Formats: sequence, structure tokens, C-alpha cells
Amino acid sequence: MQLKSPRASRLTITVLALGALYSAPSRPGVLPEDEADVEWNRYEGGGQVIEGKTWLVRKKIGDKFSVEYTHLIDVVSGASIDVQLSASPYIEQRTQDSVSAQYLRGKSTYSVSFSHSYEPDYRSNTAVFSISQDMFGDLTTLSMSYRRTWNDVYRMECGMHSKTGVCEDKIHDPVFGEKTEDQRSYGVGLTQIITRNSLLSANFEVVTDEGWIANPYRDVAYVDPTVGRGFSLEPETDPNTRTSNALGVDYKYYLPFRAAADVQYRYFQDTWGIRAHTAQLGYTQPWRHWTFDGTFRYYTQSAADFYSNAFLYATQQNFMSRNRELSTYNSWSAGLGASYQFTIPHVPWIQKSTANVRYDHMVINYQDFRDALDVDPAKGVTIGTAPLYVLKVNIFQIFLSAWF
Amino acid sequence: MLLRRLVGVLTLLALLSACSPIEPWVKPYEREHLADPIMAFDRVPVATAFMDHVYEVRMAARGATGAVGGGCGCN
Amino acid sequence: MKQSIARITVRGLAALLVALPVFAGGSAGPAPAFSLMSRAGNTVNLSQYKGQVVMINFWASWCGPCRQEMPLLENIYKKYGKLGFTLIGVNVEPDSKVAEAWLKQTPVSFPVLFDTDSKVSKLYNVTGMPTTVFIDRKGNLRAVHQSYNPGDENGYMDQIRALMRE
Repeated sequence: MQLKSPRASRLTITVLALGALYSAPSRPGVLPEDEADVEWNRYEGGGQVIEGKTWLVRKKIGDKFSVEYTHLIDVVSGASIDVQLSASPYIEQRTQDSVSAQYLRGKSTYSVSFSHSYEPDYRSNTAVFSISQDMFGDLTTLSMSYRRTWNDVYRMECGMHSKTGVCEDKIHDPVFGEKTEDQRSYGVGLTQIITRNSLLSANFEVVTDEGWIANPYRDVAYVDPTVGRGFSLEPETDPNTRTSNALGVDYKYYLPFRAAADVQYRYFQDTWGIRAHTAQLGYTQPWRHWTFDGTFRYYTQSAADFYSNAFLYATQQNFMSRNRELSTYNSWSAGLGASYQFTIPHVPWIQKSTANVRYDHMVINYQDFRDALDVDPAKGVTIGTAPLYVLKVNIFQIFLSAWF
Repeated sequence: MLLRRLVGVLTLLALLSACSPIEPWVKPYEREHLADPIMAFDRVPVATAFMDHVYEVRMAARGATGAVGGGCGCN
Repeated sequence: MKQSIARITVRGLAALLVALPVFAGGSAGPAPAFSLMSRAGNTVNLSQYKGQVVMINFWASWCGPCRQEMPLLENIYKKYGKLGFTLIGVNVEPDSKVAEAWLKQTPVSFPVLFDTDSKVSKLYNVTGMPTTVFIDRKGNLRAVHQSYNPGDENGYMDQIRALMRE
């Protein structure tokens, strides 16, 4: 049996480059300030460790343009539950570069950005165009955006293993070849100042995918009495189109003792039958040179129509997936952040600097995805009765920002 | 007759556009709280972008996460 | 037929002219009178500047373009201040402590008044931050300028020179 080396922790299911695309803080009527940031982050959980570094620079040109450049590197190591089920541990690096520009003209802001993300088995290019317009005495901001992504998907296989089982030479699987996937997104947003202390924002976004949307490494399980563990694996097959709608609202309130609270809700649905709800509470408290942030987020989703933890037999239906990201689950996460503002003596051209840390803890309770590694027929644990998988993740961020 | 009506309508529109029918109920000089950096929808964009990315990878839901607006309303 | 068209056109144009915002050139009438507490601790009345060209700048410490503008306003004040011109800064914040702290870091020599209950902002119909108004020697409101973009200070100086020549 050929050992596969699934890039299951590939952070690029479809919207990687888009998700990590840093967008300049946008406040109507004024360009964002000149800034330089450097961030280090670490994601740890479910057998995976991902360490990333990001550099960002933003500069105004004249009084109408602002340009920004971001460079990001992620190193993924380890073995998630999907990897452990059918492969060998690995280490892989992803690099992403983004450039964006904003143009301010009266009450309108025009932005354009391009991003390129590269890792051995996935290449992604994204272009975003957006416009925002202030109206009604600057109390209302209307924004519209269009995003287009072109992805090239490959499948890595192991050319050579070391004695310890770690893959030492990865190559593109020639049988899989190169598959493409395109995505288009249309978004519209409206922000309204309600009172001198409160803001309300509503956003609606439609996303359409076309092409190879499945994960080249994820397998589906089907009941197979002919093998010892009672189930066998075969590659997943996803539909080659997907359209989704999301509607989110965000309400922010200023508290009289100088603090801010916000409540967010988002509803999501797509043509794969997935329905999801996101609710988040946030609180910001400044104190002298410090600013503290806390967030609590609750998320729940229902499975895709073609998802199953274990199918009854091989090729049971046209579309089959055991991708836990498409399963039914609920999740909560809580985060705390602290920022310290300071000035650097003898360097007056840096107007303001901050040192920031943030910790988030995320838990996902899968409702129809079971830990296949716990399958033990001798003890009567089958793929259908194995314990439901629980994912616990710790996320750390440390970053420095300077405004000049 | 039609010309007279047309000029009448245009005159009315010109007058209306001069005095905007919707008076901003939060005046520009009352926006000190809204201009406070803690009232930005995204106070630390670098951190938010990273967390949004983590969520998009682990969750099926995507989109409708950006909010633009608020602030001092200057210029 | 031709006469009625002419009459309609004239009436229409007249109505349009009335609708146009009144800026630069013609006078919009006397500048509303007011008196406010100044930074120095005394009460300042607009009428005490009659006979001089007056430029009033409505600003706040939380407004980026306003802060950007202040050093340039200070230059204008230094240049024309002794030639029958005065610049008055009107701070619109309800809590003047924040503005005072900012002024300690970026000092200006022109008078700064505190409009803590926004009565002067309302009187002058301030519809944007910053707002700069120009008043002639007779006390009439002559021009209103919204917002600040780098380069606007040249426009300010042109306006001041024009009013000083009258």
C-alpha cells in the first residue's frame, strides 16, 4: 500500500489567500495612516503546529493615494487527524505576497489589491476591487467589492522516505496533474452611525466557486467487512460548483467610561446544504498606555448534503465527503489581547508604536465526525461508534506596530 | 405647457438639493466618541485578518466579515 | 410664446441661483455674534475684532486633518497677525482637557476658544470637520471652507490678502 502524504493541514481549502488578505483599516474621508507591522503567530492543536510571520508596510503618496505591501510565511508541521489516518508527518512552507492601493477622492475611496500565495501543492492568485462612499452628512457609508481568485491545485506524493518515516522528497503526483479552481465574490456593505455613541454595520456577500473544490488528500470511509478495522478509504468527490450567501451585522457601542462593546451575528448558507450561524461578543477597554480586548465567539454549522462519517459501501453516491470542515459541529472560541502604546525616544519620526499580544482558544465539537484512529474491532469500536472528535486549538500572536 | 412644467420640476429639485432633506442627526462636531480608535470596527487589522483566516480554514462559512465606516467623518 | 419661454427661463435660473450655496465673492450677511471662554482664561467676544479681517477655524483634537492643519495656521497667524488680521481657533470638544493636553504638545500663539456646548458650531452651521470661515473688516461672513487637504493653506492666504486689500 503506497503511503500517501496528505497535505491535510493545507490551509488552503479554497479561500486561503483571500482569508489572509490583509485589508487596510478603512475609515471614510481619510486615507489610512502610514504604518509598519511585524507579526509572529502560532497555531497549535489537533496534532498540528503552524508558525507564521507577517511583515506589512503602508505609505501615503501625496494626499490621495496610499499603498501597502504584505509578506507572509507559514510553516506547517505535524500530522492532523486526517494525516494520521492515511499518511506520514511532514513539514511544509507557504509564502504569500500582497500589494494594495487606495485612492481617495472627496467622499469616495477606491481600492485595488493583488495577492499571490505559493506552497508546493497550491498556488493562488487573488484580485480585489472595492469602492466605498460616504453620504448623508458622513453618517452612512456604502461599500461594494468584487473579488476574483484563480487557484492551481496539485497533489504531493512522497518520492522518498527517511528511516523514521518522515517524507524527504515530495513530488507532484503526475496522475493527479494540475487542477484549477476559480472563485468570484460579490460583497455589499452599509455602515450607519446611529447615535454619537453607536454604529451599525451590515454586510452581504455571495461567493461562487467553480472547478476542483475537493481536497486532493481527504478520503471518505465506507463500511468494509472484508478488512480488519471494518472500514476502507477512497478519495472524496465534491461537486465542482458551490455558491454561498452570508449576511452579517455588527453593532458597536461606546460606553461612557471610555470602553467599547460590540455584538456580531452572521448567517451563512450554501448550495451544498450547509447552514451556519456565527455570534460574537467583543469588549475593548483602554487604560493608560494599555488597551485590552476580549472576544467570545460561538459558531455552529450543519453538514453538507453529501457528507458522511462513514458511507455504507464504496461509491455509494456521486458526491461523497468525510471532510470534517463540512460536517455538523458547534464551536466556541475565546480570546484576550493586550496592546501597549509607547514612543521611542530620539526617533520623533515614528509618531506612535504599539507592542501587542493575543491568545485565543478554540474548541470544535464535531457531531458527526468520529475519531477513526480509535477504531478497535476487538473492543467493539467501529467507525460508526468511535468517539466523536473534539479539536482544541491554542493560538498565539505577538506583533509590533509603528506609525510614522 | 410641458416646458413650463419641466422648468418647475428642475427648480424644485435645485432647491431641494441645496437644503438636503436628511439633516445629519449626529453633527460633525459631536463625533469625538466615534473618532476614538477603540470604536474602529477593526482595531488590530493584522490580528483580525489572521483569526479570520484560521476560521475560514476550519469552518465552512465564509464571507461577510468586513465592515467599513464610522470614524471622525473629517474632510 | 417666445416671451413666456424667456420668462420661464429667467425665473428658473433665478431660482437656481438662490439654491446655490453662498461661498466666496458676495457677502452672506453679518457673521453671527458670540462670546466664548478662551484658553487664556478670559472671555472673548467676536465684536472686539471689528475692523480686522478674522479667520475662524473650527477644530478638534480627535480630527486628523484638523491636527495636520494647526501648525500651518500658526504660520499664517505669525505672518499676517500684525497687519490687521486675526486667527481664532474654536475647539468644539465638550471636554476641553483633551484639547489642552494636545496644545501643550503642539503649541499655537493665536487665541483658542472652547465651544463646549456647541452653540457657536450650531450658529455657524458647521457641517464638516475642520471648517474655516472668513470675516471681513465690516464683520460680514465672506467665505466658508470645509475640510483640510495639504495645499489649502495657500487658498487661505489668498483669501486673507483679498479681504485685507478692501
